[in-house]
Amino acid sequence: MFKQKNYLALGAVVLVAIILLSLPTRATSRLKLAVGSWFLPLFGLAGAGQQLPADLADSVLPRRELLKEIDTLRRDNQQLKEQQVQSVAIARENDQLRALFNWQKQAPWKLKLANVVMRDPANWWRTVQIDLGSRDGIQTNLPVLTAAGLVGRVSTVSYVSSQVTLIGDPNCRVSALVENATHDMGVLIASGPLDNSLVQMNYLSSSANLKAGQAVVTSGLGDIFPRGIPIGKIVDAESIEYGVATEARVKLDANLGALEQVWVLFK
Amino acid sequence: MNLFKPALILSCAFLAVFGEATLSAPRHLLGAQIDLLPALMVYSALNADIVTLALLAVLGGMWFDSLSENPLGVTILPLMAAGFPIYLRRDLILRDAPFAQLVLGAGASALVPALTLLLLLNSGRLPLLGWGSLWQWLVMTAGGAAATPVAFALFAWCSHAFGYRLRTESSFRPDREIHRGRK
Repeated sequence: MFKQKNYLALGAVVLVAIILLSLPTRATSRLKLAVGSWFLPLFGLAGAGQQLPADLADSVLPRRELLKEIDTLRRDNQQLKEQQVQSVAIARENDQLRALFNWQKQAPWKLKLANVVMRDPANWWRTVQIDLGSRDGIQTNLPVLTAAGLVGRVSTVSYVSSQVTLIGDPNCRVSALVENATHDMGVLIASGPLDNSLVQMNYLSSSANLKAGQAVVTSGLGDIFPRGIPIGKIVDAESIEYGVATEARVKLDANLGALEQVWVLFK
Repeated sequence: MNLFKPALILSCAFLAVFGEATLSAPRHLLGAQIDLLPALMVYSALNADIVTLALLAVLGGMWFDSLSENPLGVTILPLMAAGFPIYLRRDLILRDAPFAQLVLGAGASALVPALTLLLLLNSGRLPLLGWGSLWQWLVMTAGGAAATPVAFALFAWCSHAFGYRLRTESSFRPDREIHRGRK
């Protein structure tokens, strides 16, 4: 009787697992979001916990340091204002030229700031959770970036949070081009599980003229990432498949290991 | 029925999954996140009933998968595979010996990610794998092994502090009572 109870429990667990694994994708993702929402009350706690050391550090910062910081910020602000005036003039000129050639007017990027609240607990995926969801207008496949460069794309959306698949995850492939004379194009894929600052650029032509330090940006192909978002720099390149193709390693501009706030780009 | 122990184990599993998703220090220092659910499975297999063990496997697995890119439910079977054999043989295991806890924790922590990856690969998913995964597996094994005796000590303290106390037995036995005087 006692043994029977043990095997009944084992059977029940196996049955639950099989049912969950064989559910349709839509139902699974809904259930996943529902289970994940159990952690929502802890989001705020974690945020407050992370904010506490910063608040404590702020409260003990000497006045001299604060004044110095204000001075630096004022100077940065002045520089940014000058750059803004310059960029408005450039944008106007760009619009005039586009009108002259009958080209479609480029829509400006609309960005929304999000806090990174969680990371994937499994070591074999690279995803993070952000605190924006469908109530904030987030949809799947929206690009996510930081001031430094591209981070990834939104893969799952719930009402109050979303999952972002980072570059370097096997489920996030990015079409990219190298900013050199030949504009060599390739696809960014995962490079390895340990170093999340490096990704691999594949499907480059054998005649690709790559040099270390060349910038890599999104190509705009694939309809997910708009053209021109900075991704990283070429580290090295080698000829593969008996010289038929080239593959390169790219060091990402954005630090994926220390993401705290990201921008979601609305198209 | 005393629900304190199952509630404590499940709450710890919930907090462990949350901690794994929010604390990045092990990832930065060691290159891998340590999974605490196998250590909890070992504790439950040795100290709790089969219903608690099954609930921990199902809920712990679902919580873990809900915050991960894993398909929902893929971690349930590896957790149960680590806990159930220990549960069946628990009368033969020196559960109070820290070395035994360490070895069982290491075994469970090594088995769970390996089986999860096997299930993922079998279901056609392509997780991030490479030579670095071996290092991550070693870190997870060592981390889980170290966490198991800590979990035992923590639960022992919690049971002592919050659980029901053992009823103190009186030394009085009515069959040995000496009756004085005449009946």
